[in-house]
Parts: sequence; C-alpha cells; structure tokens
Amino acid sequence: MTAVRFLAYRLAGIVLVLLLVALATYLVFYLLPADPARLSCGKPCTPENYAAAQRYLGLDAPWYGQLWNYLSGIVTGRRFGSGTGVVDCPAPCFGYSFQLSTPVTELILTRLPVTASIAIGAAVLWFVAGVLGGTLAAVRRGRALDRAIMTVAIAGVSAPAYLVGLLAILLFGFTLGWLPTGGYEPFTEDPVGWFVHLLLPWSALAFLQAAIYARLTRSEVIDQLGQDHIRTARAIGLTERAVVVRHGLRNALIPVVTVFGLDLGGLLGGAVITERVFSMQGLGSLLISAVGTTDLQTVVGVTLFAAFLITAANFVVDVVYSLIDPRVALG
Amino acid sequence: MTVLRHLRHDPWALAGGIVVLLFVLAAVLAPLLTAIPGQDPYRYHLDALDDSGAPRGFGGGISAQHWFGVEPLSGRDLFAIVVYGARTSILVGVGASAASVLVGVAVGLVAGYFGGWVDRVVSRVVDVMLGFPSLVFMISLTAVVAASFPKPLLIVLIIGFFGWPSVARVIRGQVLSLRSRTFATAAEAMGAPAGHVLARLLLPNVGASIIVYATILIPASIGTEAALSFLGVGVPPPTPSWGRSIGDAVAWFRVDPAYLVFPGGALFLLTLAFNAFGDGLRDALDPRVSRGRRSAATPVVDDRVVPNR
Repeated sequence: MTAVRFLAYRLAGIVLVLLLVALATYLVFYLLPADPARLSCGKPCTPENYAAAQRYLGLDAPWYGQLWNYLSGIVTGRRFGSGTGVVDCPAPCFGYSFQLSTPVTELILTRLPVTASIAIGAAVLWFVAGVLGGTLAAVRRGRALDRAIMTVAIAGVSAPAYLVGLLAILLFGFTLGWLPTGGYEPFTEDPVGWFVHLLLPWSALAFLQAAIYARLTRSEVIDQLGQDHIRTARAIGLTERAVVVRHGLRNALIPVVTVFGLDLGGLLGGAVITERVFSMQGLGSLLISAVGTTDLQTVVGVTLFAAFLITAANFVVDVVYSLIDPRVALG
Repeated sequence: MTVLRHLRHDPWALAGGIVVLLFVLAAVLAPLLTAIPGQDPYRYHLDALDDSGAPRGFGGGISAQHWFGVEPLSGRDLFAIVVYGARTSILVGVGASAASVLVGVAVGLVAGYFGGWVDRVVSRVVDVMLGFPSLVFMISLTAVVAASFPKPLLIVLIIGFFGWPSVARVIRGQVLSLRSRTFATAAEAMGAPAGHVLARLLLPNVGASIIVYATILIPASIGTEAALSFLGVGVPPPTPSWGRSIGDAVAWFRVDPAYLVFPGGALFLLTLAFNAFGDGLRDALDPRVSRGRRSAATPVVDDRVVPNR
C-alpha cells in the first residue's frame, strides 16, 4: 500500500468512526430520559408552551430528522426558530446554549486554549521524560537511577493526578512561593506568564504517566538490546550511542507510540481534572457547569467535540506510527 | 494451594492484601468503629469551628472525640467521613468492576469463539472505546438521567460501562487461542452446542484472567469514582465520598491541610494496596511469569495490551 492510499484509508475510517460516535452521542443524550423541550419550556409549562419549545428546538421532527439537522448543522450551520425569536448558529454548529445565549462552538473556542495548553504540554513532557528516563534506566540497568525510576513508577500508578497536583501547589506555591498556585495567562498576552502558570499543571499531570512510560520504554529497550541485529550492529563497530538510539530505541518506540495513542483520551480527562485543581477555566469547567445547570446543548456539544478532537489526534499518532514503523504503511 | 503459597512469599502482595482486608473490615464495621468515639458522618459540630469556619485546634481539630479532626464549615467528624467513605469507594469500585467484568467476559467469549465479522465489529468497537475520552463522557452522562434515578447506582453503571472493553480484549485473545486446543475441537467434533463449549469448557479456563483483571479494575474504578466526586458530579452529598472531600479540601488546604491528608491518604493507600495485591495475584496465577522473584523487566501494574508488534 502506498503512503497516500494508507492515509486515505485511515481518513475514511475516521469519518466512519466520527459518524458512529455522533450517532451514539445523539441517541443517548436526546432520546433518553432528559427532555430538552421540557427544560427550556419555562414555568408553568402549559402544553402550548411545550409544543412551541419543541418546535423551536426542532424536536417535533422524527429522531432521524433531528439527527440529520444536528449533523448537517455541524457542517453548514443551523437556525433555531423563525420570525422574531430566530437564533443563528454558524458552522461548525455544535449546538446553541440558550442559557448563555451563545453558540456552543464559540464557548468551546474560548475555553479550548486553556485545556489544549495543559494537555499538549503535559503530553510532550510525559513522552520525552518517559522515553529518556526509560532508555537511561535500560542502559544503566540495576543502578541507582534505574531503581529510582522504577520505584516512582510503581508508587505513581496509585496516586491520582489531583493529589499530586494539590501537594505540588502546597510545596511550590504556598510554602516555597516559587510558582503561582493557580490561574491561567493567555500565551498571546504574556508568554512567560503562560509558561510559569502551566509549569505545575504540566508536571502534576505528566509525572505519573512519565513514570509509566519510563517503565514501558525500559522493558522494550532491554528487550530490543538483546536481539541479534543489535549484536550485529555492535560487531560492525557502531558506537554504543548509535546502537542504542538508532537500532534499539527506534524499534522500542513502536509499542510506546501505540500506548500513547490509547492514552490521549485519558490525557483529556486528566486535563479536565487538572483544570479544577489549578482553578483554570477550560473545557472541563465549561462542561461541569453545563452539567450543573442541565444545559444539554452545551453538554452534548462539548462531549462530541472532545470525541472529534481525540479521534483527530489519534489519526496524527497513526501517521507518526507509520513513519517510525515502515511495515505499517507498506504491509 | 500453590497460589496461596506463592502469595505468602511475596511481601508486597501480602501487605497489600492485608491493607485491603483492613479497609473492607473498616467499611463493613463502620457503624461500630464510629460508635467508639460516639460519632456519625452526618451530625454537625459547629462548636468545633472558629468564626471563619475552620476547625479549632491542632491538625484540623484532632481530639479524643474527633480522631481525624472535623470538616471545615460543618464540623462533621472526619474519621466517620473517611470510614463511611470507604463504604462508598469499595461498593462503587466492586460494583462497577463486576459490571465491567460481566459485560467484558460475555463480549470477549462471543467475539473470540465465533470470530468472523462478529469479532471484527467487536474489536473495532473496543479499539475506539479504549482510546476514548471516557471521563468527559462520564461527566456528561451524569447530566442526562432523571433526578429520580439513584445517583450512586448511576455512577456504578457509568463506570462499569466504560470498563468492559479492556476485559473483552484480554478474554477474546485467550479464547482465540483456547478454541483451537484439542479439548475444544474434540467437544465440537462430538457435536457439543456452542453454549456448552463456551460455558463449560472455555469460561473455566479464563477464570484466572478474570480474577486478575478484577483486581486491576477495582482500584481503577475506585479512582474514577473519586475523580467524578472530586469534580462534583459523582456521589451526591451528604453520602461521604473521599473524592468529594478531596475536592472540597482544595479551598481549605492552606488553612487546614489535614482535611486533604486523611481522605487523600486513604484513597492512595487503598489503591496502592489493591494494585500491589493484584500484581502478586497475577504472578501467582500466571505460570509464564517466573516463580519466586519477579524479573525487573516485567511490567508490574501496567497491563495494557500492545497489539500488532
């Protein structure tokens, strides 16, 4: 298979997954117990008001019609109501929050930079620290560094990120006063403040994962270094660094990247929790406050957006994967 | 039993098992334990607080009556909250894991045994679900169910629903290799119905994996419940929950760190103990892992399956 066909195949698969996810989400949220029309009908909820609310929200259509309106709204935008009470929701329309009188897409875009900053920075930190630490531990097997990394990894799996985060705030924020205890500065306004505010959230979220990745990388590198091609590479006189990095690590990274792809969903969840620990106003706090006020349009919109985001990120991981492991793209 | 003998020589697993047992005992005996100092997790003790709502005295108001101090703002007994919180954590953890195992084993057995398009569909669904932002979905799902539905049961079902794919994947893999073994082929050749082969021949052979996976799932489910309660969408007040206490402690831990330390410590200790016990159990039940000392290269807790190497 050529690279182009591989990509086209993967893209088609992703569109299918997105459609199914949208279908499942829609069915769960709009057709199960919660009744959006009743929620927005006001009190007292007369049958006329209820019918009007249903018409306004487009809930008088059969379920497949509603689903179609919702899906096509993401691509082309959509309009609620008619006449004087009309509300426009421009594409890509992930719903319209009638409580906040704002399209959900707009809400998401104002909050996304916070969550994305946390998640991407933490992911970079955990991947780099994990792979570096694991490789070092593998090369220095049995020494103090190796033992330290493995101990942290075992204890780390049991400590939730928010506990680590809270302890980190207590130590570096309150006691030592080195770093801010919470809040967020936009990168565009103050890059240094952005970095300083995110340092603790990144570390808290990445710490445990880095330990887990270190352990995985370590066992993979040790496994690889015992293979025949490594003996050959050493025999033809390559430097130890070249042997480890080019022949050991490259192959060892393949399963690590696979696990990384699986962990992206968890990364987003971790970012949601981290937001709360460091009092940042990201996607997570948007979602949780929408849950608190039963703002269903926002709940569904954010959920679907999160699913789309993770699916897209997985596609990127797949492409990277095919670059590291040529067998995937060619075979 | 070789399993017990093996566990006896694994100090980490032994310690983990004992700690888990102590927590379970504390949860079961919660009313008796809290009766010793004469406390319960619901009664307010405003006299134990100062004007700002913070507990009076050392360590969040630790005293002969309040062994772990009291909760800020309400003055409820923190020891009672932690002990009753163990009930919440363990019940939700075990309940959700049971749901995950039940669904996961059923799906895994069917997919592995029948193969073909059933297996392809199941495997794709599992792949998609494993990579999913499940916490985000769980948060959203707490919003859509009618308020009359009991919230703790909803939490159990939601956590259980997102736990089955990993079980299904492991069981499927095992059934795939088991069904080509001679005893399964022989039973089929003699005309045994699929149900008989699945329930009587294959299920008992994956029993060990089910036990190991349950011990991995329980601490994970406990952690998820704590995370949901921490975010304010989990078990509703006044039912004690460690996660919610930790979440409430965020606003207080500068003034009253003890309010974070006791529920947080309990959560960490129970999860660590479960993980240590689960590791030991896996070593004891899995003949492929070397008996005696575990080699350092064996992944201890992380049991994610790496496909297509």
